[in-house]
Amino acid sequence: MSKYIIRRTAVAIPLILAIATIVFVMLRVALPGDPAKILAGDRASPELIEQIRENLGLDRPVPEQYAIFLLNAVQGDLGRSVKFREPVLGVIAKAFPFTVLLTLLSVSVGTVLGLIVGIVTAVKRGTWVDNISIVFVVFFYSIPTFWLGLMLILIFAVGLRWLPVQGTGTWQHFVMPVITLGIGQAALIARLTRSSMIEILGAHYVQTARAKGLRERWVILRHALRNTLIPIITVVGISIGSLLGGAVITENIFGLPGVGRLAIEAIHNRDYPMIQGTVLLVATAFIFVNLVVDVIYVYVDPRIRYE
Amino acid sequence: MAENTNTLSNNTVAIQTAEISVRKDGLYSKVIREFTSNRVAVIALIGIFLIILSSAFATQLTPYDPLERDAQVRLQGPSQLHPMGTDSLGRDILSRVLHGGQISLQVGFLSIAISVVISVPLGLIAGYAGGKADNVIMRVMDVILAFPGLILIIWLVGLLGSDLINIILAIAFFSLPNYARMTRGVTLSIREMEYVIAARSMGAGPLRILFIHILPGVMGPLIVLTTLGVSGAIITGASLSFLGLGVSPPTPEWGSMLADGRGFLRNAWWISVFPGMTITLVVLALNVVGDALRDALDPNVFSS
Repeated sequence: MSKYIIRRTAVAIPLILAIATIVFVMLRVALPGDPAKILAGDRASPELIEQIRENLGLDRPVPEQYAIFLLNAVQGDLGRSVKFREPVLGVIAKAFPFTVLLTLLSVSVGTVLGLIVGIVTAVKRGTWVDNISIVFVVFFYSIPTFWLGLMLILIFAVGLRWLPVQGTGTWQHFVMPVITLGIGQAALIARLTRSSMIEILGAHYVQTARAKGLRERWVILRHALRNTLIPIITVVGISIGSLLGGAVITENIFGLPGVGRLAIEAIHNRDYPMIQGTVLLVATAFIFVNLVVDVIYVYVDPRIRYE
Repeated sequence: MAENTNTLSNNTVAIQTAEISVRKDGLYSKVIREFTSNRVAVIALIGIFLIILSSAFATQLTPYDPLERDAQVRLQGPSQLHPMGTDSLGRDILSRVLHGGQISLQVGFLSIAISVVISVPLGLIAGYAGGKADNVIMRVMDVILAFPGLILIIWLVGLLGSDLINIILAIAFFSLPNYARMTRGVTLSIREMEYVIAARSMGAGPLRILFIHILPGVMGPLIVLTTLGVSGAIITGASLSFLGLGVSPPTPEWGSMLADGRGFLRNAWWISVFPGMTITLVVLALNVVGDALRDALDPNVFSS
C-alpha cells in the first residue's frame, strides 16, 4: 500500500513539473512584449525597466531563467506580487482558507443532498417522485453558476432581504455561495447515484440479501450504497480539485476573497508573478486531490489492487 | 429486449422489399426511433434549432439595432415595444439576446468542432497503434487534464487576449482529452473484434480499417459527448465574458449582458434575468438531447 502511494506520488511530480514548464514558457517566451516593460508600467523610465529586468533575472539566457524559476519554486519562492508588493505565496496563503472552506462546504452539502435524491429516485424509479426529481436534476445540472448566483441575490438579498449580498464575516454570507456551488454538485451526484444504484439493485448479491429476509432499508444502506459510492468518490474528488481553483465565478459574484478572485484580479492587473503562482498552486492542489482519491479507492473497493 | 423483437419484425418486412433497406435498418435507425419516442428530447432538439435560426437571422427578426442607444428608454421594464425591457443605455434586450446568441453559439459549436477534429484522429491512432504512440499521446492528454478546467482557460485567454478566436482555441484545447480518451477506449475494444480482424486479414490497410471499420463505432458515443461538450463550452464562453474576459463591448454577448445587469439587480431585474434564462434554456436543451441520445445508444459503451 505505502509502495503504491510512493509510486503514485512519483508520477505526480513530473506532472507538476510539466505544468510549471508550460506556465514558464507561456509567460516568458510565448507572451508578446517584454515582461519588464509590462511590470514597470507605461510611463517607466528605461533605467527602471532595466533594473526590473535585472531583478527578475530577465537579462540572463532563458534556460538559466528556467532553472532559477524551478529552484525558487521548489523552495516556495514564487516571486513578489506586483500589485500587493508582497511575496506571492503569502498573498495566496491568506486567500486559500476561504476557497477551501467554500469548496468543502459546498461539495459536502451538494454530495449529501445528491446522494439522498439519487437513492430515493433509484428506489422509487418510475413513480412521480422520480419523474419530478429528474426534471429538477436536469435543470440544476444545466443552470450556469453565474446566473444562479445572480438570481439568488435577486431573490434572497434584494427581494426578501434575508441574506447579505456580498462579503464575508458572518455565516449568512456563505449561504448563497454554498447553494450556488452546491446545487450543481447535488444534481451531478444525484444523476450518478441514481444510475449506479439502479444497476446495483439488480445485482445478484442484492437479490441474495433480499432473499435472506433483510429489510429493504438495510439492503440499500448496507449492501447497495457501498458499491454505489465508488464512482461517486471520483466525481467528488474531481469537484473538490476543480473548485479549489475554479470557484472563480462564485467568489467573484459574492465578493469572497478566495484564490479564484485573486487569479482573476491578477489577470486583469497583469500581475505576472501572481498569475504564475495561482496557476501553479491550483494545478498542484488538483493533482494532489486526485492522488488522494486514488488512494481512497483502494480502501473503499477491495477489488482494486495496485499490485 | 422489446427492441429486439421490434427490429426482427421490421426486418422480415424489409427483407421482402429490398436487401439494402435491411442494411440501412441498423444501429442508427434504431437510435433515431428510440430518440424520437422521447418527446421531451424532440422538443429540446426543435428548441435548439429555433434558437440557432433566430440568432442567425437576428437582424431580420428584431426591429432594433442591438447597439443602438436610446436615452429616452433607459432601464425600461418589459413592455410591448421591448418584450425583454431595455438596458442602462436604452438598448433593446431582446435584440441583444438574439444577436448575442451568434457569439455564444459560435463559441460552443466551433470550439468543440475543432477539438473533435484534432482529438478523434489522435484517439484512433493511440488506440489502434498502441505502444509508443499511445503512450505519448495519452500522457500529453493527462497533462492537459491535470489543468483544472475553467481557471486555466481564463488564464490562457487573459494572457493571449480575449479575441473570439483565442477563446474558441482555449476551450478547444482543454476539451481535447475528453474526446481522445473516449475514442481510444472504443478503438481498443473494436480493434479486437472479428470483423476488424477479418478486414485486416483480407489486406485492408490501417487507414481503411480506422476510417471504414472503427470510426463508425466511435460515432455514437462521440455524438453524445459532443452535445454535452457544446453545452459546457457555451457556459465556459459566457463565464469568460461574465468575468470581463470575453469579446469586448459593445458587442452583445450573453455573459457580458449578465455582467452588465449585476449593477442593476435592485432596480432593473430584467437585464440579468432574460440573457441568463436564454443561456440556461440552450444548455438545458443540449443536455436533454445529449441524455436522450445516450439512452438511445447502447448504454454499455459508456460504462467502459
